[in-house]
Amino acid sequence: MSQAAANASAHQQDHALSPLAYAGFVLALLGVWHVLTLWVGRDVLPGPGETLGRLWHMLSTGSLNKHLIETFSAFGMALVIAVIIGVLSGAILGAHRLSGEVAEPMLVALYSIPKVTLYPIMLLLFGLGMAAKVAFGVIHGVIPICIFTMSAVRAIPKKYIRAGQAMQLTPSQMFWKIYMPACIPEVFSGLRIGFSLTLLGTLIGEMFASQRGIGHLLLQAMENSNLLDITALVVMLVTLAAFVGFTLLSIDRRLASRAAPA
Amino acid sequence: MSKPGQIRLAVVAGVVLFLEFICRMGWVDTISLAPPTKIVASAIELVMSGEIRRDAFLTFSTVAGSIVSAVIVGFLMGLALHRFPLVRRFLDPFLASYYSIPTFVFYPFFIVMFGLNRIPLMAIGFIFAVVAMAINTLSGMQRVPRVWLRTAQMMRMSRIDTIRKVIMPAAAPYLFTGLKLAIVYSFIGVIAGEFILSGAGLGFQIAFSYNSFETAKMYGYLAILLTLVGGLNLYIYGLEKRIYERRGGR
Repeated sequence: MSQAAANASAHQQDHALSPLAYAGFVLALLGVWHVLTLWVGRDVLPGPGETLGRLWHMLSTGSLNKHLIETFSAFGMALVIAVIIGVLSGAILGAHRLSGEVAEPMLVALYSIPKVTLYPIMLLLFGLGMAAKVAFGVIHGVIPICIFTMSAVRAIPKKYIRAGQAMQLTPSQMFWKIYMPACIPEVFSGLRIGFSLTLLGTLIGEMFASQRGIGHLLLQAMENSNLLDITALVVMLVTLAAFVGFTLLSIDRRLASRAAPA
Repeated sequence: MSKPGQIRLAVVAGVVLFLEFICRMGWVDTISLAPPTKIVASAIELVMSGEIRRDAFLTFSTVAGSIVSAVIVGFLMGLALHRFPLVRRFLDPFLASYYSIPTFVFYPFFIVMFGLNRIPLMAIGFIFAVVAMAINTLSGMQRVPRVWLRTAQMMRMSRIDTIRKVIMPAAAPYLFTGLKLAIVYSFIGVIAGEFILSGAGLGFQIAFSYNSFETAKMYGYLAILLTLVGGLNLYIYGLEKRIYERRGGR
């Protein structure tokens, strides 16, 4: 109880910052970057102006387009598959106590494997190309989604379920009116982490199992020690990921503060 | 052994037997998958012959450096973020999406900065692990019930006593989660770095045996690695449990 209250109060302080404040923050970041470049030299860390120019060049000439499409279609598929498998298996493992207890340490162990080293097995199962990339994304993202869903289902207070039974709700009413609202905040946190890791997995998959995509470009730049290209691509990924992270985080907060007892 | 433990053992045994069976029957080619008995045999041979020693030493010293630095710096970063909420609110979206960036793309930067040695790999493990530690330290600090802090104030506890007897115990579960993640992520970062970019270490040996079609050896290295990481995590888990039991409760 005290925990939930502390949680809620931590969230209450977090009313949204104004866009102007964010613009200032981004400018400050660029400033720090610039100073760093001056400090270590532009051979080590390309400066912000140079990098953004390179990125703009890549985007405006359209040389990046086919890689972007490739990466994000693979990522989209991987995310859909990871969410479906993760939420379903998590719900089953959470609802059935014994199988959950059996599976949890195994899931945690799987989660802690450096999955890059599994790529021989992935290539064996899926061959080179799209399927292997999607599979890489899925194996990275699915386990946290499953673990979070499992603990969310387990944490549904028994009295909610008993109250539902007392009111003689039908199974579908139980699902929509009781299970869903009780689980959503934590499941969503799982999805947020799953989103990040699925993107990471897809990019890593592209590094090994593909000739196209952002991951492939990154590996190429890495092999040639092309620091400018690496920085430009990383800046693009960070911007995209931070934007999505920001959106998901604010939804997450709203769900959490709604769920916390007032 | 508890009932879930027994079932778990049975499931793992079943999977191993199944793999052994399909390999022995020749349903999958031996280049892709080795039967578990051969994997174990090659793992034992790697350890016994001392072939693994040099790479294992390199990898584990690098990982150890990464873990120690990530835990210390991550803890301090978490404290700083807690202390300056405004900075934290700006950084939140970046922290939330941090793990979607494949951090080892920074390897070339580190090589230019630190030279061609083990430090760039340690740095990859570090930047991968440090944010997990920082985020969990921050969560731990945020979840110290305010009532407890006020009680400590009321009892006129000194600053150090408050940290030692109130804040740390309350934040402990999160700090342990951070520690466990820092260990796992350091391993992942270093091994992945070796796998892709380096000429020595366990990750490199895995890639090398794969590329030279020594499948049993590759899985042998993997098995050793997984056993060690799993064992280390189990040890921390036991440590955590003992601390909670001493506190009585949970």
